[in-house]
Amino acid sequence: MSVLHRQQPVGSALTPVGENLRVVPRRSSRASRFADFSFQGLVWLSAAGVLAIVAFILTELIKGSSLSLHQFGWKFFIGSDWDPVNGNFGSVPFIYGTLVSSLVALIIAVPLSLGVAIFITEMCPRSLRGILSYLTELLAAIPSVIYGMWAIFVLIPLLRRYIGPALAKTLGWTGLFTGPIYGGGMLTAGIILAIMIVPIISSITREVLTAVPHQQREAALALGATRWEMIRVGVLRNARAGICGAIILGLGRALGETMAVTMVIGNRPEITKSLFAPAYTMASVIANEFSEATDDLYLSALIEIGLALFLVTIVVNLFAQLLVWSVTRGAPRRANA
Amino acid sequence: MPEANLTIQWHRRLMDQLATTLAIICVLLVIIPLAAIFIYLVIRGVASLNVAFFTHIPSGSPGEPGGGMANAIVGSAIVLLTGSLIGVPLGVGSGIYLSEYSRGQFGRVVRFTADVLNGVPSIVIGIAVYALLVIRQKHFSALAGGVALGIMMIPIITRSTEEMLRLVPNSIREAALGLGIPQWRSTLSITLRTAISGVITGVMLAFARVSGETAPLLFTVLGNQFWSTKLNQPIAALPLQIYVYALSPYDEWHRLAWGGALVLIVLIVATSASVRWIASRGFAGSAR
Repeated sequence: MSVLHRQQPVGSALTPVGENLRVVPRRSSRASRFADFSFQGLVWLSAAGVLAIVAFILTELIKGSSLSLHQFGWKFFIGSDWDPVNGNFGSVPFIYGTLVSSLVALIIAVPLSLGVAIFITEMCPRSLRGILSYLTELLAAIPSVIYGMWAIFVLIPLLRRYIGPALAKTLGWTGLFTGPIYGGGMLTAGIILAIMIVPIISSITREVLTAVPHQQREAALALGATRWEMIRVGVLRNARAGICGAIILGLGRALGETMAVTMVIGNRPEITKSLFAPAYTMASVIANEFSEATDDLYLSALIEIGLALFLVTIVVNLFAQLLVWSVTRGAPRRANA
Repeated sequence: MPEANLTIQWHRRLMDQLATTLAIICVLLVIIPLAAIFIYLVIRGVASLNVAFFTHIPSGSPGEPGGGMANAIVGSAIVLLTGSLIGVPLGVGSGIYLSEYSRGQFGRVVRFTADVLNGVPSIVIGIAVYALLVIRQKHFSALAGGVALGIMMIPIITRSTEEMLRLVPNSIREAALGLGIPQWRSTLSITLRTAISGVITGVMLAFARVSGETAPLLFTVLGNQFWSTKLNQPIAALPLQIYVYALSPYDEWHRLAWGGALVLIVLIVATSASVRWIASRGFAGSAR
């Protein structure tokens, strides 16, 4: 079998498809060799451009935040006082707001997206599959700013009038749902974030579930399992790591989400136990105050928050991708619909 | 075989039905907000669209009736075009590199970095471009917004182009090279040509994704109440205008914001629908 005829599994391996094709044309003119060389140089440059952009973002963020890095050091991430007038900056309220709003979003979104993914891959009739996955993807296509606007005009009035009072009555004893209900606040941000990350979590979970080999399902069914038992034992157990990855990818998106959150969270740098209270996130403080920040220290503190956000989302995304990859690597590519 | 062994105990069957019901409820709970958003958007949006919306700029004083968002629509088009001019060549180029030329460590690093870039929050990209262009030029500009959107498009296009090129069977490349065509010609007019509908799909998805982006525009293009088509001036952009108007206290501006949102969503849905259409007819469909 000659090297040229070896079949490469297309798209699955990470070796380039052109690997076996280093055929040097026998009579290549100088012009054509030059053209080949410059074309390769051109595409190499654009690939290197991707590296350059990330390196450039990182250096700009570090350079921009150096003032605040020197001034506050680690205290920046311990202090909870955000006082631009006196030049005192601590980012704890924003970190708290980002974490809690994302957590609320995950608590709402994870069961929903798992349910949707399981329904689409394992339960629903074939004819429904395409349309349902299209609809969930449509949810991902709606811009953040439209979610924010919808939340302002529809969700907030609903929360203030019906959902909020009901929660306060039933779950008020937990201390999470107390105090005046403004409408905008941590809970609203969490709900809107949840709607926004459902499509991500569910589409990646779907990918992971379809990567589970069919034999696993058949084996479970052959042993007399009901459909749910088959899903639980044969599918979910095998896809655990990948599902965790999907959830963490959703978290990564929620952490960096800016516009919708800024529009509904109330933008107050306070740490309050009640989810009805207004709060602030890292991304939304940048969005709101960046163009007003007049003195250098203020600006640099905001850029430092951006730097922290950048590093956190990178770590979160990498970890998630590792998990997803651990499930899907061996699997053949399959169409989603 | 005794019959009792084959019947499933009632609690197992109940569990199974419960799981199915819960999954259906989840689907409904996800579809409901989607439907609610779209219906509300269409009702409010259609009511506020008129000819003036597309031909006029916002009226002079805040909240005064009349006026439109023509400048924001044109501004968005300019910023998106600038972004595409930056993002498409770089994205397609690095996709070609990854699929056709890369070997060893460097390709892996690029692929990895593209995924990292894809996960960077858009507001952070806004800050970086602010530091690069706005501070140096000392003023906000349409160009800066285009650069920010272009940067966001690159990783999406890179990865989709690479995937699509990898679907092209090796025998096609072999045939081209066997005919003595130089590799750059073979890559451009044979491999890329074969995968072109898939590549276009990726480009359009990237376009749809950035066209609603607001955060990276906040401190790059800034927004503008007046006509401007200049690349080095602050310019109005549709998502940005929607953001400002939605937060304003004026009913008239809310009306404009809903109209703008409808225009934006129609643009995005039309793009993604045509992507599906291309994908279902073209190469990506037939290869599977």
